Amino acid sequence: MTISKMLLGAASLALVAGVAQANSHMAETSDKRIALSNNYAGNSWRQAMLQTFKETGEEAVSDGMVAAADAYTTSENQATEQAAQIQNMILQGYDAIVLNAASPTALNGAVKEACDAGVTVVSFDGIVTEPCAWRIAVDFAAMGKEQVDYLATRLPEGGNLLEIRGLAGVFVDDEISKGIHEGVAENDQFEIVGSVHGDWAQDVAQKAVAGILPSLPQVVGVVTQGGDGYGTAQAFKAAGRDTPLIVLGNRQDELQWWADQRDASDYETLSLSIAPGVASLAFWVAQQILAGEDVPKDLTVPFLKITQDSLDDALASTPEGSVANVSYALDDAKQVIADAK
Amino acid sequence: MNFLARHRIILPVVSLAVLLAATFYMQPRTMSYFGLNLLFNLAVPIALATVAQMMIIMVNDIDLSLGAFVSLAACVTATFVNDTPVLGLLILLALVLSYAALGALIHALELPAIVVTLGMSFVWGGLALFILPSPGGQSPEWLRALMTVKPPFAPMAVVAAVIISVVTHLLIVRSGIGTVLRGVGGNARSVARAGWSVIWLKALAYGLAGLFGVLAGMALVGLATSADANIALRYTLLSIAGVILGGGEFTGGKVSPTGAVIGALTLTLAASFLSFMRLSPDWQIGAQGAILILVLTARLIFSRKGAAT
Repeated sequence: MTISKMLLGAASLALVAGVAQANSHMAETSDKRIALSNNYAGNSWRQAMLQTFKETGEEAVSDGMVAAADAYTTSENQATEQAAQIQNMILQGYDAIVLNAASPTALNGAVKEACDAGVTVVSFDGIVTEPCAWRIAVDFAAMGKEQVDYLATRLPEGGNLLEIRGLAGVFVDDEISKGIHEGVAENDQFEIVGSVHGDWAQDVAQKAVAGILPSLPQVVGVVTQGGDGYGTAQAFKAAGRDTPLIVLGNRQDELQWWADQRDASDYETLSLSIAPGVASLAFWVAQQILAGEDVPKDLTVPFLKITQDSLDDALASTPEGSVANVSYALDDAKQVIADAK
Repeated sequence: MNFLARHRIILPVVSLAVLLAATFYMQPRTMSYFGLNLLFNLAVPIALATVAQMMIIMVNDIDLSLGAFVSLAACVTATFVNDTPVLGLLILLALVLSYAALGALIHALELPAIVVTLGMSFVWGGLALFILPSPGGQSPEWLRALMTVKPPFAPMAVVAAVIISVVTHLLIVRSGIGTVLRGVGGNARSVARAGWSVIWLKALAYGLAGLFGVLAGMALVGLATSADANIALRYTLLSIAGVILGGGEFTGGKVSPTGAVIGALTLTLAASFLSFMRLSPDWQIGAQGAILILVLTARLIFSRKGAAT
């Protein structure tokens, strides 16, 4: 007992010394271990995210960039469970934790424990507010605004818009919607005549749109949040209405539908969302921090945009039931870090 | 009774010891002041919630609203108690009193507690969302300091677990009123014949549950530094499992406060242990259930043998 305690003390001293050394100059990271703490795995986006992290991690380990890159998902999507998971990772001796958080604030205690133990914490997608952690945030409001800006270029004369929202009460839904309304305020030829919650799911969106359509005047465009475009299109078709310009969200079924419409009637639109590969970006950012790079605490992820020209490539590389993805490499991470400075 | 009471505690203690030894073996880093604290600090609010659940189970009821109630207490703590301490503490006091009133109502109208508390869980959840529509709030400084205190010799989590179990043991097992309260679960009619007002006793049991529920919410905020409306939803089932794992039974006022605290620690430890084993998350819930069934089976065999001799 006492010997193991002494050993542990020595080990933690060595760890502290190692961290201090890493801070002084670009250090070797081949002996560093990085863990992914994930709170949910129940949709195509998260599955693709875990897959990308696994591929990136395995490659980095075999290249000798890091010693380990392990992914952990909590068995239930609860902040208390994820807090325990993070504390376990500290005990397992990881040097960095890449975190997609269940709550922006409820994990702050566990994140602080990690920071105090000398563990680097990089949160992405679901970010945490604890100041000692890094944040790779998505500018969801910009994503919403960009949709309206695109519609303004395609439909200069304006018209009525239908807004499909996400899951009520979730931060992401509020942000995207805020961006959309900002865009509409700037482009006053548009008016949002209806708004429904599609919960980011095609079946929910289809039902919701089918319910509101009879009460709507002619709709020229639909602004969405991703995962709801295909269902919306089906609802319009079932109601016997002309298909409006629907902005899509990179899901495979949406892209497939887009390609079919394009072949049939030269349908043109835009698709944009966050690539699940952002996990690999977070991984490389964590690696850079461990290597001693001076990284700003707040970084922004670029969107993955699919246009008429890149549709075929994107569709070919997206498995059925999944979402268009891109895996970020070390150089991409360096670029994002440089942009933030 | 004394013999049985002593018997009841052996199995939870053995389960915890075995699991702890296995965890130490798997991850030697946990075998330190720092490690034990990280391993168990999130068990402190669970232990408090388990004690709260135990108060309800003690009077033959079950509380399905506890998780939502703890979440609400956490939301109040992270907002009102932090910004306007007097008002915040008054709200928490009102929450405790409303729990007591609920107990009296359930008894007076002979309502099934399982239905009333299930209904109340939506009320508590709605109030929590009303106070904190999006995650946020902040832990009061003193609470954060209390939950991260580093006492000499043993880490906060262990000290807190010992204090909780000693206080509740004195209250429920040793004190006169505790004996009467357990009697309500055992045979309410004879307690009434002995001249006690069962409605007041039920109100007291529920009030105590409310008190420990509020304490659980406060402890959770102290650890998490902030709250959200769903922060403790898991506590409903965890607390029931903790009581049963700790040697309590659904009927007859047979509960063990120390066992309940140990049960909460065991459940927390089981989750960490499975995580250290690198078990896939798809299997983890099942494995947690398996551990629970294993312990309960052991207890059944144990009690059958006890009954046979």
